[in-house]
Amino acid sequence: MNPTTAVTATSRVQTLDWSAALKDAGLAGLVALLLTLPLVGLRTIEVQSRLTVEPHLAEVALTALLVFLGRLGLTLAAAGLARPVLAAATLALAAGWVLPFPTEALRVLMVIGALVVALRALWALHRRHDRLSQQERDRRMDHLGARFQDATRLIGPAAVMLAVALPFLPFADRATLDLGILLLTYIMLGWGLNIVVGLAGLLDLGYVAFYAVGAYSYALLAQTFGFSFWLCLPLAGLLASFAGVMLGFPVLRLRGDYFAIVTLGFGEIVRIILLNWANFTGGPNGIAGIPRPSFFGIADFTAAPEPGRLAFHQLFGLQYTPLHRIIFLYYLILALALLVNLFTLRIRRLPLGRAWEALREDDIACTALGINRTTIKLAAFAIAAMFGGIAGSFFATRQGFISPESFSFIESAIILAIVVLGGMGSQIGVVIATLLVIGLPEVFRDLAQYRMLTFGAGMVLIMLWRPRGLLAHREPTLLLHPRQSAFRRQAEAGGRP
Amino acid sequence: MDRAAGDPMLTMTGVHTFYGAIEALKGIDLTVATGEIVTLIGANGAGKSTLLMTLCGAPQARYGRIVFEGEDITRLPTCQIVRRGIAQSPEGRRIFPRMTVLENLQLGAITAPASYAEELERVFLLFPRLKERSAQRGGTLSGGEQQMLAIGRALMSRPRLLLLDEPSLGLAPLVIRQIFQVIRDINRDHGMTVFMVEQNAHRALRLAHRAYVMVNGLITLTGTGAGLLANPEVRAAYLEGGH
Ligand SMILES: Nc1ncnc2c1ncn2[C@@H]1O[C@H](COP(=O)(O)OP(=O)(O)O)[C@@H](O)[C@H]1O
Ligand SMILES: [Mg+2]
Repeated sequence: MNPTTAVTATSRVQTLDWSAALKDAGLAGLVALLLTLPLVGLRTIEVQSRLTVEPHLAEVALTALLVFLGRLGLTLAAAGLARPVLAAATLALAAGWVLPFPTEALRVLMVIGALVVALRALWALHRRHDRLSQQERDRRMDHLGARFQDATRLIGPAAVMLAVALPFLPFADRATLDLGILLLTYIMLGWGLNIVVGLAGLLDLGYVAFYAVGAYSYALLAQTFGFSFWLCLPLAGLLASFAGVMLGFPVLRLRGDYFAIVTLGFGEIVRIILLNWANFTGGPNGIAGIPRPSFFGIADFTAAPEPGRLAFHQLFGLQYTPLHRIIFLYYLILALALLVNLFTLRIRRLPLGRAWEALREDDIACTALGINRTTIKLAAFAIAAMFGGIAGSFFATRQGFISPESFSFIESAIILAIVVLGGMGSQIGVVIATLLVIGLPEVFRDLAQYRMLTFGAGMVLIMLWRPRGLLAHREPTLLLHPRQSAFRRQAEAGGRP
Repeated sequence: MDRAAGDPMLTMTGVHTFYGAIEALKGIDLTVATGEIVTLIGANGAGKSTLLMTLCGAPQARYGRIVFEGEDITRLPTCQIVRRGIAQSPEGRRIFPRMTVLENLQLGAITAPASYAEELERVFLLFPRLKERSAQRGGTLSGGEQQMLAIGRALMSRPRLLLLDEPSLGLAPLVIRQIFQVIRDINRDHGMTVFMVEQNAHRALRLAHRAYVMVNGLITLTGTGAGLLANPEVRAAYLEGGH
């Protein structure tokens, strides 16, 4: 905490007027007493068919006491004693749960009251935290981020190893693998979009268009010409990248909001074309019976292969199980996602990647340095579109069925949310954000009606807490003295005179 | 091809630049000779920054001609102009805040195809401070350090003409003196031609060999730095109440 905030905090504690706070709380308690006495304290009951008045004075006293304490808690929390109030309210909350109460209503009063006071105290703490300058907060967060970045040197490879080993872990059943495939697809899309949004700083709201182009390219090429998956994969990437250039050429000169709106429109246009060009795309019915990938063209994943073809389980002398294909798909998407990741890590060290980041930071400076903005934006767009297209053809082959419904704006929004929440440009941030945004709702499928609610609440919280994303710390790609930890560097850099 | 000191390096003739319908440069004629420090002074909004940006082709001049080392560069794209040997430290420094000092410098060399190790060494020699801070992020540097970085970044593309837009903007007097000292060194020891826009007219005129005064998109006065410093009109308009 910097000196000025410390001063304001203590001075606010000093100005806390205890007698006024007590008087105020006492008044609230008195009002509660007066109100509850006739309503709760004296109840008319029927005893042997005669009406009598039964006193419930203990309940009245308890209610008044609770209101008194609650009111006091609120005042104190606002007056700078947030921490002790928070502790007391939490205790009260726990106590409310276990203590015996004469009536259930009192228990509810206690629990809800304690909750409100606790939230009020939290809010006060947060506000005080807010009073730190934005810069100071960013610096602290970056400090944390740098420390985390050091940890990711271990976390990254560990996560990859876990992902590789997953299909062979004892708990890995069909559902786990399906979830893994879903997560990896979004991670790949997130990493792909990260090139445009995170690195080049262009807000693309229509990324799903390229996903769709890839998916339909694969489906149509495979069905019409009988091309194999392994031929279609690069073709789909190429076609999507072509779509990226087509879109990019006219719109990349637009700035900021205009650019975002046009990409949003593009995404919708692609979906509407897919929906209406029925004799080519199948319209709203989509395309079914999309061929499954083979084991690199050598063997198929079937129980009974066609004559002249080999089945995967025969090739390796295994017992047939449909899980083989799932495991294969899992490894396929893992490899594709890692490919995107490696590409990004590598390109950040090359002039093109650095120019992207420069563009994100300050495009006027880029102009002054003679960076050709249109070319590099177009490159970012085309490359991200290519990865989107490849992910799309994976999606098509995994589902076996695609329709325009899978490529609505909400998909773009989710992928963008993953990138923004992860902290634009952070690779591991995308993974964490995917786990949060896609993984958590999948795990809590039972609470279906709350899924979107919690999704929204989570987004709001993260944006309040870390407006620049979870991991906004940017790791330098070029050092005079390499092999120094990011944390140490930060510490040294922070300690300037 | 080596150019002798005193040859015209840059010539602008009748240059008009527009922002939409607004005419920001209304027919500029000026020259900068090889080896000179030339300064352009003028009030806020006179069009000084526009002039420097026009030299770099962003925005491009609508009418007129810009010739650099005998070649017409009026219609070249910015990246080509930078390759020809013109570099700019833009107004407000505009360093990349989240990138380290070293990365900022490297970006200055982005249009130069060859290795930049030599330039880096030269910049670190000029600004030892930048070497100390090479792993620090640009946004956390002090104002003076940021200005050093902006100049160093411009030098990374190995220019023969260095454009500086208000290098003293928002800096403490002591820091300004340091920066101007470095500009003098770059010019004297490295033979760099410098074209500098300044609001800090007093210092700029003392440093510059020649100077132009700009009012409302037009050059109104020109002369040696010392000559303009003594000019009563200039004194009245730009120096009184200043330093
Ligand atoms: N990007 C722009 N769009 C429209 N008008 C501009 C732009 N930049 C500068 N101008 C206008 O051009 C004139 C000259 O501005 P500028 O070159 O920045 O002046 P100076 O650098 O001398 O302060 C001003 O009237 C300014 O409002
Ligand atoms: Mg200016």
